[in-house]
Amino acid sequence: MKILVPVKRVIDYNVKVRVKADQSGVELANVKMAMNPFDEIAVEEAVRLKEAGTATEVVAVSAGVAQCQETLRTAMAIGADRGILVESAAELQPLAVAKLLKALVQKEQPQLVILGKQAIDDDSNQTGQMLAALLGWPQATFASKVEVAGERVQVTREIDGGLETLSLPLPAVITTDLRLNEPRYATLPNIMKAKKKPLDTVQPADLGVDVSPRLTTLKVVEPAARGAGIKVADVAQLIDKLKNEAKVI
Amino acid sequence: MTVLVIAEHDNAGLKAATLNTVAAAARIGGDIHVLVAGAACGGAAEAAARLAGVSRVKVADAAAYAEQGAENLTALLVDVVKTGAYSHVLAPATTGGKNVLPRVAALLDVAQISDIIAVESADTFVRPIYAGNALATVKSADPVKVITVRTTAFDAVAEGGSAQVEAIAAGPDLGQSKLVGRELTVSARPELGAAKIIVSGGRGMGSGDNYKAVLEPLADKLGAALGASRAAVDAGYVPNDYQVGQTGKIVAPQLYLAVGISGAIQHLAGMKDSKVIVAINKDPEAPIFQVADYGLVADLFEAVPQLVGSL
Repeated sequence: MKILVPVKRVIDYNVKVRVKADQSGVELANVKMAMNPFDEIAVEEAVRLKEAGTATEVVAVSAGVAQCQETLRTAMAIGADRGILVESAAELQPLAVAKLLKALVQKEQPQLVILGKQAIDDDSNQTGQMLAALLGWPQATFASKVEVAGERVQVTREIDGGLETLSLPLPAVITTDLRLNEPRYATLPNIMKAKKKPLDTVQPADLGVDVSPRLTTLKVVEPAARGAGIKVADVAQLIDKLKNEAKVI
Repeated sequence: MTVLVIAEHDNAGLKAATLNTVAAAARIGGDIHVLVAGAACGGAAEAAARLAGVSRVKVADAAAYAEQGAENLTALLVDVVKTGAYSHVLAPATTGGKNVLPRVAALLDVAQISDIIAVESADTFVRPIYAGNALATVKSADPVKVITVRTTAFDAVAEGGSAQVEAIAAGPDLGQSKLVGRELTVSARPELGAAKIIVSGGRGMGSGDNYKAVLEPLADKLGAALGASRAAVDAGYVPNDYQVGQTGKIVAPQLYLAVGISGAIQHLAGMKDSKVIVAINKDPEAPIFQVADYGLVADLFEAVPQLVGSL
């Protein structure tokens, strides 16, 4: 079984994001970039399925600028076998990415596509569901447990109020939630090995996909800051403030 | 211009998130229709018909929707949107809405606008990005606007309507995904998303046992819901559905008590719209104090029991 794992290059989780003065977006120049954390979980899960003998090949895919090659190398250092970059300098919105991935799925014929549930830059939470719809495949979003058994996959999902377990026929799309696994750190030998793994580059036009954005960002601003309040001396003062000043208890 | 709101419900009645979503629809303008897809969902449909501003309720009552599976719901929704010539489709940005709506958008070949917090006009909306560290105003060029709504940003609509309820034909049962089972957290406490007071614990709790022993009495005393930071979830103190933050639930209660939570930006993203924030933490430099209305620098294991005793 082949698994396709799409990965996105985003501003590193630990970087404090700054809005540009001209309100056109957030500052990306000289900012540390990294793989979207949920996508790391997706790569780890695919690699574990390969290590368990369930999967035979793990193919990482990224769509975006040339530097996304670094993100693909990270995926290969975790254990993906090869990478495909759909290179484009254009702004790629979730629907466009889903269409690119659909074209690659039709070419690569994986049985499973595992993606992060959302990217921590645009927080859209769309691409996996859109890909599943375009392919006509079943989906299990927000996965916290994945078990492949024969021609089906059983997935436990994080839903409001608890957990839900679904059984899907393969092929299927799965999106990862944070408790699915804890991704390994890529070791130096594996990072070196990843540099020699195959990485192909294609253009959106090669895949016959129109990636024109459907949404136009008119402006990006900082949210109104919430000011710090006061420090109370003790529990008695806290209760007094909540009862008589804030009147919330 | 007609807006279709996808109801979130338990067949017998509506989930609170539906009321906030109808409120967002009212900001867009035009007629508001509500779609209730379920199995034996007459109760939910009647509740939807009573909501102020709703002019029509469409009900697809079939076994195919009993499990609220994404594939069957999508097939129905795409058909309803096309035949009804809707200009907008709205669902709450809950795990249910997030699961289904992007599928609908993809099959309509339109973008989805996720998690809106404001309506600027019929085609322009404000949504948080980067865990709420920036707010983007986006304009859609698509013929149908498919939108998920951040429920805390819109006040629930009241009752007072008397919409017409219309049964519609169910779509196909695709038989793709099968529900194996659900394990829902059974709790007498209020639901996190709808609670007026939330008591939340972080890594400072030290263990799941401490979390229970220290925070449950406080939550019980206040009639509060229990929440947690991602750190507490990652450490295994509590289940993931307790998580408040960028990757968990977004809440905005009247009172949010953050206990032993340092205040990472990802956590703040989920609770900074709360009316009053209280932080109890022994580290005076913890970032949570920068957003707290009332900060208490203290050992939580002493302060919280004292608080419980004095309430």
